[in-house]
Amino acid sequence: MIPQSNATPESAASPRTAPFTNSPVRPLYWSIRRELWETRSVYIGPLAVASVFLFGFLFYVHKLPSYLYPEMAADPAKQRDLLLQPFDFAAAAVMGIAFIIGLLYCIEAFYAERRDRSILFWKSLPVSDLTVVLSKASIPLLVVPAVCCGITFALQSIMLVLSSLVLLANGLSAATLWNTLNFFPSLFYLLYHIFTVHVLWYAPIYAWLLLISAWARRVPLLWAVLPPLAIGMFERLVFGTSHFGAFIGSRFSGGPEMDTSRMEGGFAFHHGVHLTPGHFLMSPGLWVGLLFAAGFLFTAARIRRYREPV
Amino acid sequence: MACIEARGLRKTFSSNVALDGIDLRIEEGRIVGLIGPNGAGKTTALNAVLGLIPYEGELRVLGRNPWTERDLLMRDVCFMADVAVLPRWLRVSQALEYLAGVHPRFDRAKAESFLAKTDIKHKSRVRELSKGMVTQLHLALVMAIDARLLVLDEPTLGLDLLFRKQFYDSLLNDYFDGTRTIVVTTHQVEEIQNVLTDLLFINRGRIVLNSSMDELELRYAELVVRPEQLAAARALGPISERQLFGRTILLFDRADRQKLAAFGDIRTPSIADLFVALMSASPSSPSTPETQRNPQGVSR
Repeated sequence: MIPQSNATPESAASPRTAPFTNSPVRPLYWSIRRELWETRSVYIGPLAVASVFLFGFLFYVHKLPSYLYPEMAADPAKQRDLLLQPFDFAAAAVMGIAFIIGLLYCIEAFYAERRDRSILFWKSLPVSDLTVVLSKASIPLLVVPAVCCGITFALQSIMLVLSSLVLLANGLSAATLWNTLNFFPSLFYLLYHIFTVHVLWYAPIYAWLLLISAWARRVPLLWAVLPPLAIGMFERLVFGTSHFGAFIGSRFSGGPEMDTSRMEGGFAFHHGVHLTPGHFLMSPGLWVGLLFAAGFLFTAARIRRYREPV
Repeated sequence: MACIEARGLRKTFSSNVALDGIDLRIEEGRIVGLIGPNGAGKTTALNAVLGLIPYEGELRVLGRNPWTERDLLMRDVCFMADVAVLPRWLRVSQALEYLAGVHPRFDRAKAESFLAKTDIKHKSRVRELSKGMVTQLHLALVMAIDARLLVLDEPTLGLDLLFRKQFYDSLLNDYFDGTRTIVVTTHQVEEIQNVLTDLLFINRGRIVLNSSMDELELRYAELVVRPEQLAAARALGPISERQLFGRTILLFDRADRQKLAAFGDIRTPSIADLFVALMSASPSSPSTPETQRNPQGVSR
């Protein structure tokens, strides 16, 4: 007979210790959705800009037939520019607002949750600081670029359809427009541009803002901007050089891939630019930047561990 | 296994000692009231237990180190830190979805059934709810998590009496099952007197009293002394003395009740009275503003 004392309650497996999924993907997925619930400007901003642009385009499109009259065809370069400009502007406008939204999102990301004390709620859940940091970083590095691509594609498609309809209604052929536009190759170039410049090259900028957002006890925007500015000024005054300023400037300028696309003084997604992915991947600036980005994000996760409401 | 075990727990903020070497053991299945004046170290102690701040000394929560194993610990521990920490933009339905997504022990159906008893609508955002409703929502979320330790830091601050009563009622009736542990801090001590199984008084970072409620009733006695026998009763060494409606009430620690009975009526002190007496009697504390009404508290 087994004595009663041997059958301790502790020896029985408690139902509470049932196994649960250890997959880190699930909390990450839900944390990203959480970010989108909170920050709807991520898609509303680009959508609004696209709508405004489209509205403006309605006033422009009626002039389109005049660009295709034979007298204009005499100067193909000028004709091409006139036809393409709205499409380039459309892409640039959406990308510009996406970049700004990304920056604003990052500087608020970890500060807002401390300001409204909700960090105490988020920290009461089994979601690690690293997961939270990754979910917040994926907004400017994944979600915003994807939204940007999707909206640009939709916007340009609508513009193209509208233009074609106007041309057909005027008894003109849309072939010149379609041929000049190179719609799908230029779309591919847009994707490439967003991935190389807006994701890979700008990653340390976003990561730096996230870090400051997690660290600063007040006015994170000033903390993010003033120290680099001060370093630049200091260098200028003491050494008379501006290496630091040039370093920061090169980061914002978009890096090596941006140089190749800066043709004829503007964004040119349709000019048959030569992509140089090899050159881009070999540039030390890319890898140094990514290293910095990873370091910033890791530090942000460490800092959030210690942070309380402000 | 103890739910919370601390040995020499210390925490200092620059020059300020928030926790001054706390030794503590809280068994599972208890409802512990952590009571202390403002700045006594309650929240610091809870933050250490929840792995929110680093600390010195030894601390195990459910057998884990809360600072180094926080992510794992949070599957078994849940807390409501203060009121109104739910983000204002969050919709009720989103809160349910998110918790179901990230928390392995969240039971969404349970949370829905708690919410069904309230006026809270799924489509509402937190900012649209009253303070009481936000607390109801938070409590519904927390109670639907099958946690082994629930920590409540001033969960009913700023709520009206009805909400406060309802809060503790549902905690006791719908949540507490005798195996979970609940640690609660509050200034409204009288209201949780009947909820608690254990009482911890903390002052200036030290534990002043650590007792179960049963022990407390045996240990402390309050004597409403007859005026003519005041001097004789005082000779028995009360730990505190106060006046109420012209009568003197003496509080005794481990006194012979039969002897006391000769001098007047004996009753069990309320937690609030005991708190006042012990806080002012604790040697490290000359007197805090809250306890000055006690004549013996003024040691100068």
